[in-house]
Amino acid sequence: MMKGLRLKIAIMAVVCSAISALPGHAENLAVRNCTWCHGGGAQGYTPAPRLAGQRYQYLENQLADFHARTRDNPFSKQYMWGAAAHLSAQTARDLAMYFSTLPPKAANDGEREFAATGRTIYQEGMPDSNIVACVVCHGPNAEGVRQIPRLGGLGYSYLKRRLEQWGEGYHLAAGPPMPHIAGNLSPNEIEALASYLSFIK
Amino acid sequence: MRPLKTPSQVPRRRSAILVGMQLAVQAAILAVVLTGASRADDVQAKLGYCKDCHGPSAQGYRGYFPIPRLAGQQPEYLENQLRAFTERRRTNNIMFNVAHTLSPAMISALTANFRALNPNPIGGAPTQLVATGKKIFEDGVPDANIAACAACHGPEATGSGQIPRLAGQLYPYVIKELVNWGKERGQNPARPDTSAIMSPVAHSLNKSQIEAVAAFVSSLK
Repeated sequence: MMKGLRLKIAIMAVVCSAISALPGHAENLAVRNCTWCHGGGAQGYTPAPRLAGQRYQYLENQLADFHARTRDNPFSKQYMWGAAAHLSAQTARDLAMYFSTLPPKAANDGEREFAATGRTIYQEGMPDSNIVACVVCHGPNAEGVRQIPRLGGLGYSYLKRRLEQWGEGYHLAAGPPMPHIAGNLSPNEIEALASYLSFIK
Repeated sequence: MRPLKTPSQVPRRRSAILVGMQLAVQAAILAVVLTGASRADDVQAKLGYCKDCHGPSAQGYRGYFPIPRLAGQQPEYLENQLRAFTERRRTNNIMFNVAHTLSPAMISALTANFRALNPNPIGGAPTQLVATGKKIFEDGVPDANIAACAACHGPEATGSGQIPRLAGQLYPYVIKELVNWGKERGQNPARPDTSAIMSPVAHSLNKSQIEAVAAFVSSLK
């Protein structure tokens, strides 16, 4: 029992530091359930993405999609369907609001040499390949707005996998245009975009 | 009847010429067929690209930036804007990248496609502004020497020729255009364009009048 104690204390310390002054005991439990996988301060812990600083409308929509099982990529199915199954709409909204207020930290884990190419694709698109410029919807600093997610600073492997999975036919619940856009990206372009985005503060 | 000479019986130089001609004819047929087929594919691919931003029925979309409705738009107006983007008379880096690679044939095909679309407006403007906006649209603002929008844009704001349709246009987009008119359009003083017509109107309307008119036209089907 003593052997695991230090580890358990460390985990508790990390998790407790993530809990803000939310009223009520139930919300604290809910947050702890999230940060267990999504990391201290909800900064992400591969494969679970950073939630800190994400658009609350986007988070709310994702929780609803997990609840309805319309977001169907493998990790969502394995972890998030269960996590969201018993969330009330109010709790989902509260969690989304809470995480949206946490300060995000950039993952900085992309491939540096591809970031410049990723920047060009993001800011200007590729008209000859009929790829639109991400900036138009996601913003000049990939910060997102309303229900359009912040991409800036998310983890390289998470971004890469999301873009690949649209091409593979997963989570069509996102609706137009992401499946169409991502489905037309080449593997190199996906790596470039994921790299560029991972470095954005 | 004397049998036709087989290729092996035809003298070598003549056979080379015949084969060359045959290939040329085949290539020409293929070029026509492929060009025809690929042109239709190209238009569909380009249309899909436009719709990625402008919406699946070109109804517009509120991204980080408001992306305007193209559905039901006057083709001549769209062609003028695409030319203005390309020549940088209308400042928009994204649309410059899009527009400057489009051929005239592609532009005709795209604008004809958009003209035919008729989705419902995406709406979302503050409803309490609509009545004031309707008044300005139909009567203008005589005290400020502002003509009625309806006079040029039509009583149902559907436009005609070079004059754009406003019906169903995005509320934040109309506001942005009117507020930024002189900063975005007519950027080459050596080559004044049709945007000059709107300059006095855009300049004279105050912010709350702009918001009211925007709310009204954005609600029109």
